[in-house]
Amino acid sequence: MQRSDYLIRKVLFGLVTLAVVVGFNFFLFRILPGDPVKSIARSPRLTQEAREKLRIEFGLDKPVFLDVERLGKGDVIGAFDTQFTAYVSALAHGNLGISFRSRRAVSEVLAERVWRTVVLVAAGEMLALVLGTALGLISAWRRGTRVDMGILLWALFCWGLPTFFLGIILLILAQGLLPVGGMVTPGLKPENGWAYWSDVGKHLILPTLTMAIIYTSAYILIMRSSVMEVLSEDYILTAKAKGMSTFRILGSEALKNAILPMVTMIALNLAYTVGGAIQVETVFSWPGIGRLMYEAVTMRDYPVLQGTFLLLAVAVIAANLAADILYSMLDPRVKAG
Amino acid sequence: MSLLEVRGLSIDYVREDGTALHAVEDVGFTLDEGRSLGLVGESGCGKTTVILGILRLLPAQGRIVSGEVLYKGADLLSLSEGEMRKYRWKHLSIVFQGAMNALNPVRRVGDQIADAIKLHMIANDSREIEARVDQLLDMVGITPRMSRHYPHQYSGGMRQRAMIAMALACSPDLLIADEPTTALDVMIQAQILELLQNLQRKLALSIIIVTHDLGVVAEMCDDVLVMYGGRTAEYASVDTIFNEAQHPYTQRLLQAFPDIANPSSNLAFIPGHPPPLDMLPPGCRFEPRCHRKQGICAVQTPTLEAIRPNHYVACPFWVDN
Amino acid sequence: MQQLEEIWRAFLRKPMGIVGLIMLLAVVFVALSAPWLAPYNPKEKIDVEPGDLLAPPDAEHLLGRDDAGKDVLSQLIYGARVSLTVGFVASFMSMVIGTTMGLIAGYRGGRIDHLSMRLVDFLLVIPVLPLMLVLISIWGRGLWKIILVIGLLGWTITARLVRSQVLSIKERRYILRARAVGASHYRIATRHVFPQVLPLVLAQAVLAVSDAIIAESSLSFLGLGDPMLVSWGMMLNFAFERAISRRAWWFLLPPGFAIVWVSVGLILIGSTLEEIVNPSLKSHHLFDPRQMMARFEGMAPKTPAPDASTGVETERSG
Repeated sequence: MQRSDYLIRKVLFGLVTLAVVVGFNFFLFRILPGDPVKSIARSPRLTQEAREKLRIEFGLDKPVFLDVERLGKGDVIGAFDTQFTAYVSALAHGNLGISFRSRRAVSEVLAERVWRTVVLVAAGEMLALVLGTALGLISAWRRGTRVDMGILLWALFCWGLPTFFLGIILLILAQGLLPVGGMVTPGLKPENGWAYWSDVGKHLILPTLTMAIIYTSAYILIMRSSVMEVLSEDYILTAKAKGMSTFRILGSEALKNAILPMVTMIALNLAYTVGGAIQVETVFSWPGIGRLMYEAVTMRDYPVLQGTFLLLAVAVIAANLAADILYSMLDPRVKAG
Repeated sequence: MSLLEVRGLSIDYVREDGTALHAVEDVGFTLDEGRSLGLVGESGCGKTTVILGILRLLPAQGRIVSGEVLYKGADLLSLSEGEMRKYRWKHLSIVFQGAMNALNPVRRVGDQIADAIKLHMIANDSREIEARVDQLLDMVGITPRMSRHYPHQYSGGMRQRAMIAMALACSPDLLIADEPTTALDVMIQAQILELLQNLQRKLALSIIIVTHDLGVVAEMCDDVLVMYGGRTAEYASVDTIFNEAQHPYTQRLLQAFPDIANPSSNLAFIPGHPPPLDMLPPGCRFEPRCHRKQGICAVQTPTLEAIRPNHYVACPFWVDN
Repeated sequence: MQQLEEIWRAFLRKPMGIVGLIMLLAVVFVALSAPWLAPYNPKEKIDVEPGDLLAPPDAEHLLGRDDAGKDVLSQLIYGARVSLTVGFVASFMSMVIGTTMGLIAGYRGGRIDHLSMRLVDFLLVIPVLPLMLVLISIWGRGLWKIILVIGLLGWTITARLVRSQVLSIKERRYILRARAVGASHYRIATRHVFPQVLPLVLAQAVLAVSDAIIAESSLSFLGLGDPMLVSWGMMLNFAFERAISRRAWWFLLPPGFAIVWVSVGLILIGSTLEEIVNPSLKSHHLFDPRQMMARFEGMAPKTPAPDASTGVETERSG
């Protein structure tokens, strides 16, 4: 298949998905029973100023999606002067609303916290990838032996382990050994240089470990079946006939082929990984956007909830697109030709 | 000393329940330098198992239960795996059946050939290696530019030729070709055979060809070993086989093979099927389908006897008896 | 049906599956006999003294007491009901949706297939837990809402698997024969295709129960469980921070272990079923080469027993 065709299709699909998510996000908060925005907009917790701002921004006095009246009068442009349009145009300007709780712009809150989640997820994923690939490879290579059984049972066990519970267990185990909450010991600031960063690092260990353990198991299972398939292929026998040692074959022939499906799986898995991040950040009080979402749920801070969901959805969509692009570069069968 | 001498090779396949299927029993032959041997038989007769056994490339359920494989006097079966690896490809190489997936789809063809060269230290310098790869491709009739391409960009015939080029990368003494022409159309088949013949002449190569096609054997081989049900039926030179075959199975095979000199003669066929490995008949394996069987055949397995110098038959009722 | 009988018999030969079944049955038993098994009514208001909060286990409260002074063991026992209910009902829902979608998409093909698969692709890219959080937050808490949300989001992978199986079955002889005889599409789909697909769906259904239980526990832990009911996830909801500083392991560990117990049991059953329905490759080219040389006494290691009890090939994640 033509690579450029493949990519164009994927990008288009990504954009369509994005559009649907935006629309979905909008309607969710307006259409469902107990229209939260309207009710909160009347909430006494906000200042008059904030309420007015919301009213204008979200056009709460306007129709939700389409102004049928104006359309009937032939005013097509005016027919779209609705809450939805207001929402989309606000979005286009990077305006995600105002947090009910902190009265700050949602985008500001997100921007502040997002990198903390990125660090956590990146560290966890990288560790999970390395371990999962290695253990999956060994498990498949040693198919049928006790090593395989052991790795497999471990992976199945972790599959049945809720992320938050693993976090709790690690918390209990690490009491006294490692910091058990927050991102940094109170008092330390970035200005403290290395002391600060190493302290953050220490706080990062348990949450990362939790994420890594859970996601390693998924990668083990995927890699294991991928490697099994690859190792049964004819070209492996050819490599053996060439006089290659098992290690060489595993490294140079098998790995490349087995990793390909992993690329797309990692991206797909991200849809679940962010769920894990929410749980881990909650258990360890790691101040990222996962924890933010939890707090927004507890405090009914709908704009933050909505904004965070959008951000997460966009991130996963983008990651999948990136994975598709990466895949097309790695698999020569998809190259231009 | 002959190049390759196989004696009493027996190979089993172990099933899930632990029982063993006797895929190959007591097969042996001798191959001298520069000569070619055809290993002939119906599917399932064990010919592929024999060559996989020689190279010790059997699948997970395969067991070599007895025999010797003497390559220039050294018994390959007594080597450790590490020692065996040094022999593979450098001295004995193989071209597998149906090169569809025998090449790694995500690596360039040239790189895969270069692998063999680097592995057995035929050349070290990258330019030397590249030159050798180009030379090999050229030798089999592929433009060297194609070395940068991937297997899916090659046609079926090209892939087979690339496999041959790769098999010759380390200038082996012996090339084994497993059904080199099956699954290719007739024109390409002829090309491949011609290529093999030329290479054999040019490089003084010894070849073992595994095939069910007697035409290929007639073209290419000096000696022929006919297998049936895992055992040798007849083993002789190609002329002897085609003109003076003694074993009933060989005779039937030849009858089933269209004779260009006598196109109107009836094509014979052998009724019945080869025996499944888990239900081998107690006596001669061919007995159920044999047109010359006698009572004793169902009871006693015939042994391979030399009825004349260099003509072995496993049937007590061979014609001139 | 004969096929189901065969699967059952094959299942009984796999130790891993049997272990899983026992684990599951234990939980089912506990859930069913809760009123007789639990020493206290978990919702009962009891007079508590400050010392009772997060009290360690003693003779009267085998697993101690929670942050409100209630008996942990009783909550644990009753919690089984919630988990199993959510698990089975949500899974059933997902399976019905997924199988129907997969059947229609695979059988009809064309635009319906295309659209359905786009929908599946779309849902797969949406982060699951955040979506559930948003939906429950807005819609409100409640057992049936949770079941619905989980059920409506869990059908995608099943749909894909069913579809690909249908595609391969579609062209088989007996289907073509049925068409030639004039059977309607509906009849073919239900009488001929569906029974072939059923074993696969069964394996998926079991795994889906485990997924649903974990999803429910995560939602409950994050504060979105049904406030009227005791669920294992909810038991860990509010006070876990306090419990950790008090090292109240009796409060923290049992609900989590219960979740793990039932999930792993289901996963073992589901994986075994999957292996039966869709057997995986058992050997490849890179096994230990020494076993080939049976000629040499003592040199060949024992053949690793061909897979009698393990083996799972899945594309599931998460």
